Amino acid sequence: MKNTLKVVLGAAALGLMASVASAGTLEDVKAKGFVQCGVNTALAGFSAPDDKGNWTGLDVDFCRAVAAAIFGDGNKVKFTPLSAKDRFTALQSGEVDLLSRNTTWTIQRDTALGLNFAGVTYYDGQGFMVNAKKLPGVNSALQLSGASVCVQSGTTTELNLADYFKANNLEYNPVVFEKVEEANAAYDSGRCDAYTTDQSGLYAIRLTLAAPDDHVVLPEIISKEPLGPSVRQGDDKWFDIVKWTYYALLTAEELGITQANVDEMKNSASPEIKRVLGVEAETKIGTDLGLDNDWVVKIVKATGNYGEIFERNVGSGSPLKIARGLNGLWTKGGLQYAMPIR
Amino acid sequence: MAIQDAVKASEPAKSSLIYDPRFRSIFFQVLIVGLLVFAIWWIVGNTIENLRRSNIPTGFEFLRGRAGFDISDRLIAYSSDSTYGRAILVGLWNTVLVAVCGIVTATIIGFMVGIARLSHNWLIRKIATVYIEIFRNIPPLLVIFFWYLGVLSILPAPRDSIVLPFGSYLNSRGFYFPKFVWGEGAWLVVAGLIIGIGLSWFVARRARARQMATGQQFPVFWTSVALIIGFPLLGFAVAGFPLTLDFPKAGTFNLTGGFNVKPEFLSLYLALSFYTAAFIAEIVRAGILGVSKGQGEAAASLGLRSGQALRLVIIPQAMRIIVPPLTSQYLNLTKNSSLAVAIGYPDLYAIGGTILNQTGQAIEIVAIFMVIYLGISLLTSGFMNWFNAKMALKER
Amino acid sequence: MQEHDVSWVRTEMVLAEAAPRSQAGFGAWFRKNLFATPIDAALTVLALLALAWAVPQILNWAFFSAQWTGADRSACLTVAQGGSHPDGWSGACWAFVSAKFGQFMFGRYPIEERWRVILTGILFVALLAPLLIPRAPYKGLNAILFFGLFPFVAFFLLVGGFFGLPYVETSLWGGLLVTLVLSYVGIVVSLPLGIILALGRRSHMPAVKLLSVIFIETVRGVPLVTVLFMASFMLPLFAPPGVTFDKLLRALIGVALFASAYMAEVVRGGLQAIPKGQYEGADSLGLGYWQKMGLIIMPQALKLVIPGIVNTFIGMFKDTTLVLIISMFDLLGIVKQNLADANWATPQTAKTGLVFAGFVFWIFCFSMSRYSMYMERRLDTGLRR
Repeated sequence: MKNTLKVVLGAAALGLMASVASAGTLEDVKAKGFVQCGVNTALAGFSAPDDKGNWTGLDVDFCRAVAAAIFGDGNKVKFTPLSAKDRFTALQSGEVDLLSRNTTWTIQRDTALGLNFAGVTYYDGQGFMVNAKKLPGVNSALQLSGASVCVQSGTTTELNLADYFKANNLEYNPVVFEKVEEANAAYDSGRCDAYTTDQSGLYAIRLTLAAPDDHVVLPEIISKEPLGPSVRQGDDKWFDIVKWTYYALLTAEELGITQANVDEMKNSASPEIKRVLGVEAETKIGTDLGLDNDWVVKIVKATGNYGEIFERNVGSGSPLKIARGLNGLWTKGGLQYAMPIR
Repeated sequence: MAIQDAVKASEPAKSSLIYDPRFRSIFFQVLIVGLLVFAIWWIVGNTIENLRRSNIPTGFEFLRGRAGFDISDRLIAYSSDSTYGRAILVGLWNTVLVAVCGIVTATIIGFMVGIARLSHNWLIRKIATVYIEIFRNIPPLLVIFFWYLGVLSILPAPRDSIVLPFGSYLNSRGFYFPKFVWGEGAWLVVAGLIIGIGLSWFVARRARARQMATGQQFPVFWTSVALIIGFPLLGFAVAGFPLTLDFPKAGTFNLTGGFNVKPEFLSLYLALSFYTAAFIAEIVRAGILGVSKGQGEAAASLGLRSGQALRLVIIPQAMRIIVPPLTSQYLNLTKNSSLAVAIGYPDLYAIGGTILNQTGQAIEIVAIFMVIYLGISLLTSGFMNWFNAKMALKER
Repeated sequence: MQEHDVSWVRTEMVLAEAAPRSQAGFGAWFRKNLFATPIDAALTVLALLALAWAVPQILNWAFFSAQWTGADRSACLTVAQGGSHPDGWSGACWAFVSAKFGQFMFGRYPIEERWRVILTGILFVALLAPLLIPRAPYKGLNAILFFGLFPFVAFFLLVGGFFGLPYVETSLWGGLLVTLVLSYVGIVVSLPLGIILALGRRSHMPAVKLLSVIFIETVRGVPLVTVLFMASFMLPLFAPPGVTFDKLLRALIGVALFASAYMAEVVRGGLQAIPKGQYEGADSLGLGYWQKMGLIIMPQALKLVIPGIVNTFIGMFKDTTLVLIISMFDLLGIVKQNLADANWATPQTAKTGLVFAGFVFWIFCFSMSRYSMYMERRLDTGLRR
C-alpha cells in the first residue's frame, strides 16, 4: 500500500497527464479547449474509427454537436473508446465529460449509478439475428428454444434476454462476452445460433460479418431501449447544455434548417427560425445557457440537423439503411419531440 | 592508549539521540506508519467523497439482490432469479474447476515432457525442447486465443458433428458425451467404492508393515485396483444395475441431452495446461538433473530397469527439488485462469465484472476478488507445503 | 637408457584402428540415439510419423500456400467464399499482416508523427545494445543514460507538446509501441521498487517488515487482471474528485506494482544467498546501512539473481498483453481488434494474426531468455569448480 501511494502521489505531483477539475464541467471544458467524450469501441453507424482513425457515427456526431455549441468547431472533441464495463466509471470519475455510447436510459442508471440522461438520441429495442442459411425455417425468436445465444456482458441486453426466455419458458445457453468485437467474432465463427443486442446494433454488426446476406434479423423486439447521452449528476449547467444541444438538433430538423441552408435561414422572415438561430434582437437564449447566441448555427454548421446526422450514419446514406421509424419527428409519426426553444 | 583516550573524550557526543540506532529505528517506523495512516485517511476520504458525489451505495447488501442474468456453465444450481452472492459462488466453482483440471493435466504433460527432455532418444529430446521453447515464450492470453479461435474455426456446426465412439460428439458447441443417470440403489455403488478404498488403504498399510518386517513384497497396486473396481461393481450388481445412459441427441439447434463440455472451458483448460506444462517440464528436468548421478548408477547396479530406477529412486528424490517451484506454477495457473474473461468463460473474475457493471460497487467487488484469490493461493500453498513436508528427506 | 633389441617389442606405433562399425558413423549414431531399445524405436517411429503429418501441413500453411499480397479480404478467400483460391484452400493470409503492419507497430499514432516513435526506438536500441554486450566500455554512463535520461527523452518525443512537437494523446498509442512502453516502464520502476521492498522485508524494523510482507504477498496472491482492474476502476475513486488518470498511466501503475512484488522476491533470494560474513565485514568497516547495502551486499546479490530478474522481465513482457482486458490495445490487443475488420474477415485472418503476434512475442521472449542463459554461464564461472 505504501508504494501504491508513493506512485499515486508521485504521478499526481508530477501532474503527469492528470487533469484537475475545479468548478463546473463547462468551465473545465472551456479551459482545456475540448470536450472529452466517451464512445463505443466499435459499433458501425454509432461510433467506429474509420481507416484513418477518425471517429464517425451517430453517437460521435452528437459529441461533435456539443463541441460545436461550445467552441463553434465540431472537431474540438476527443474520444475515449469505452467498453460496456468501464463506461460508467469513466463518467463518474471525470475521465469523460459526456458519455455518448449507445447507453440505455434506465431508472437504476439514472439513480443508483448517478447519471443524468439528456435525452434519447435513438429509440431502439432488443432483437435477435440468426444465420438464415444455416438455420432455414427460423423466423421467430420463439423458435429459439435450446439455442446458444451470443450476448455482451454487463448490458441491459443480457438481463432482457434472461427475462424473455424465462417469460416464454424457453431453454437457452447464453454465451457471454465482454466486448462487442469478441461477441461478433464468436457469432461469425458459428459458436452461437443467435446474436442478441439492440436492433440497430444488429444491423451494424451484420455489416461486419463475413457473409452479411446470410443473416436475418428476427421481427421480435423484446425490450424498450432508449439510447441517449448522459452526464454526471450534480452539474445542472452542463446537463442543460447537453440536453439543449439535443433539442436544438431536433428543432433544426423540424424547422428545415440544414447544414447547407443555415446561413440563408438567418435571413428568414419566420420569427421562430430567427429566435432559434439567435438573430432575433436582444435575445438571451444562448447566453443564458452559458454559450453564444448563435449556438444553434454553430451546431448545425458542424454536424447538420438530427435528420442529417441520422441519414448520414445509420439511415439511407449509410450501409446500415435503417428506416426512421420511431426515430422520425413527432410530426411524422415518430417519437422525436423537442421542447420549444423560446 | 592515546586513541582510546580520544574515543573516551568524544563519548558524550555519541549519546546524542540522532545517533542512537534504536531511536532512529523507532522514529523511522513511526514516520512510515504515520505517512501510511495519513495516506489511507486521504484515500478513504476521497473515496467516500467520490462515492457520495456519484451516488453509489456501499456495503455488501447488494449480494442479496437478484442477479437477473443467466450463466450457462455452472456446477451448482443457479438461475436468473438467484442472488448476486450465488452468482459469485458459481464463478468461484468455475474457477476452481478449471484450475484443478488444468493442474492435473499440466502436471501429467509436464512430467512427460520433462522426462522426454532427458530421454536417450535424440528425436524425442528435440521435440520436447521445441515444445518447451515455444510455449514458454508466448503470452498465455495468446495461447488461449489460439485454442479458442483455432479450435472454433476447425470444428464443424452441430449438424455435421464429428461422431466419436461411445455416443460422443464433437462440434463447435463443444464436446458431448453420454451422461450417467443413476437409478434407485445407486448408493450401493458409492458404498462399494468407499469400502474398496478403505480396504486398499488397509492392505497397503499391512503390506508395508510386512515388507518392513520380512522384506517380502505384496502386489499392493493390483490388489487395490481389484478392490476399488470390484466392490462398486458388486454393489452395482446387487442393486440391479441402476444405471441408464443419457445419450446426446440432435435437437433443433444443438445436441440435447448428454453431458456438454463447452468450447470456452475446453480452450481455457487446454491452453492453461499446455502453457503451464512447459514450465513444469523445465522444473522436472532440473529436479531430475539435481539428483546425483550416483543414485542412478546405484539403482542400475541393483538391477533396476530404467523405468523402475526412475520411479523408485530418481523421482522420489527429485520431488524434493521439484515441489517448491511446482507450487508456484500451480498458483500461476490458478491466477491465469482469470484470463477466462477474454473468451467468455464465466469464471469468478468475469462474473464479478458483470456484477460490478450492474451495481457499480467497485470496492466491494475488488475486495471479494482479493479475499477469494488470496484464499485459493493460501490453500494451495498450504496443501503443497504439507506435501513437501511429507516428501522431505526423513533423517533417522 | 638401453635400446630395446628384443624382437617382440614393437618399435613403431601402430596406426589407430577405425572405431568398430557398431560404434561410429551414421548407423551407430542412429542406433544409439534413435533405436537403442525396442521402445525407443517405437517412439522414434511414432514421432517421425507425427512430424511427417504435421510439418508439411504447417510449412504449407505458413509459406507455400500462403497469400502474400492483396488489398482486401477477397485475396484470402476461396472460390466458394467469393475469392480466387480453389476450394479447400488453407493458407496464411500474410496480406492482412502487411496491410495492417503500421497499426500493429504504432496503433493509431498519427502517420506523419511516426518518425518520433521510430527515432525513440533507434535511441532505445543504441543505448541498450552496448549495455548488453559485456565488453563494451562505459557501462556506468550507459546505464545512467538508459535508465535515467532516456525515459525523459522518450517521454518528450512520444507525448510531444513541447518544442513544436504536436501533442499525441496516449489513447492513440497502440501495438508494439504500447507493449514496449509498458514493459520498459515496468522494468525501470519495478527494479528499484523491488529492491526497496526486498530490503524492507529483511529489515529489522517490525513495522517496515510487516508492511513489505503484506504488500508483496497480497500482490503475488492475486492475478494481474485484478491488479489492473483495481488500477483502472479504483484509482479514479481514490483520487480527489476531478483528478483523473490517463488510461495508459493506470495500466503502467498496475503493471509496475505487480512486477515490483515479484522482483522483490527475486532480489530477496539474492540477499539470502550472501554469506553472513559479508554483512559482518561491512559492519566491522563501520559502514552505515545504506553504504553497506549499496557498496557490499547489493552488487553481489544482484549479480547472483540476474537470471531471475531477466525471467521476471520476460514474465512481465508477456503479462503486458493483459491490458487488453482493460480495453487497451497492445500488440495482441490491436491484432485482436483488427480481426474484427470487415474488410479482412476471412477464415484465415484470425489464425494468421495470432501467429504473427505470437511470433513477435516469441522473438522478444526467446532472445531475452537466451541472453539470461548466456549471462548465467558468464557469471557462474567463478563459482563453479
